[in-house]
Amino acid sequence: MTFVLIGLVAGFFSALFGVGGGVVIVPLLLLAAKWDLRTASATSLAAIGITATAGVVTYVVHGEVRPLYALLVGVPAAFGAASGSALQRRLPVRTLSFLFAALLVGIAIDMLLR
Amino acid sequence: MTTYVLAVLLGVVAGVLAGMFGVGGGILFVPTLTWLGLTQLHAEATSLLAIIPTVVVGVWRHNRYGNVRWASAAVIGVASIGAAVGGAQVAESLPESTLRKLFAVLLLFTAAQIAWRARKRPA
Repeated sequence: MTFVLIGLVAGFFSALFGVGGGVVIVPLLLLAAKWDLRTASATSLAAIGITATAGVVTYVVHGEVRPLYALLVGVPAAFGAASGSALQRRLPVRTLSFLFAALLVGIAIDMLLR
Repeated sequence: MTTYVLAVLLGVVAGVLAGMFGVGGGILFVPTLTWLGLTQLHAEATSLLAIIPTVVVGVWRHNRYGNVRWASAAVIGVASIGAAVGGAQVAESLPESTLRKLFAVLLLFTAAQIAWRARKRPA
C-alpha cells in the first residue's frame, strides 16, 4: 500500500515537472520503508522507467516531445552518468555536493527571474 | 549546428553530475533544454524521453550489484501510470510562467535534499 501511494505521488510529480520522480521516490522510500540509500536509488530508477514512459506517451499524444533533442541530450547523458557514479568514489563528494546545491539554487533564481 | 553540439556537451555534463550526486537527469535536462530554446512545456516533455537511456543504463548497473527490488519497483511504477497521465494534463493546462516557477521550487527542494544528505555524510 505504501508503494502504491509513493507511485501515485511520484507519477504526478514526474509528469508535471518532466523529471524522473526520484527526488520524491527516494526520500519516501528512506522515510516510509526505512530502506538504505543504495537500494532506494536503484529501485527508484527501475520504477522511473515505467513512470517516464507513461509521461512521454501522454506528451507525445499532445505533440510536446522533441525527439531529436531528447536523443542529443539523453544518450550522451547516459554515458556521463556511468562515469559520474565512478567518479563518486574518488572525489570529495561532500564538498562538491554543497557546490552542486548552490548551482541548483542559482538555476532556480534564474528561472524565477525570467 | 552549434545548438546540437551544445546539446551533446550539456547532456554529458548533466549525466556526470546526475551520476555523481545520485539525482535523476531530469532536474538538469529541463533547464538545459530551455537554454537551447525549448519552451518550459516542451523541455519537460522532452526531458522525460531523454531520461530513459540514463535509466536503462543505471538499472542495468545497479541490478548487477543486486540493489534493485523488482517487485516494489513494479508496484511503484504501475501505480504511477495514471498519476503521470494526470500530471501531464495539469502541466498542459498551466501557463508557461507558472510551470517555470513551480520547477524553480522543485530545484530549491532538490538542492536542500542534496545539502541535507551531504551534511550527514563523512567528509
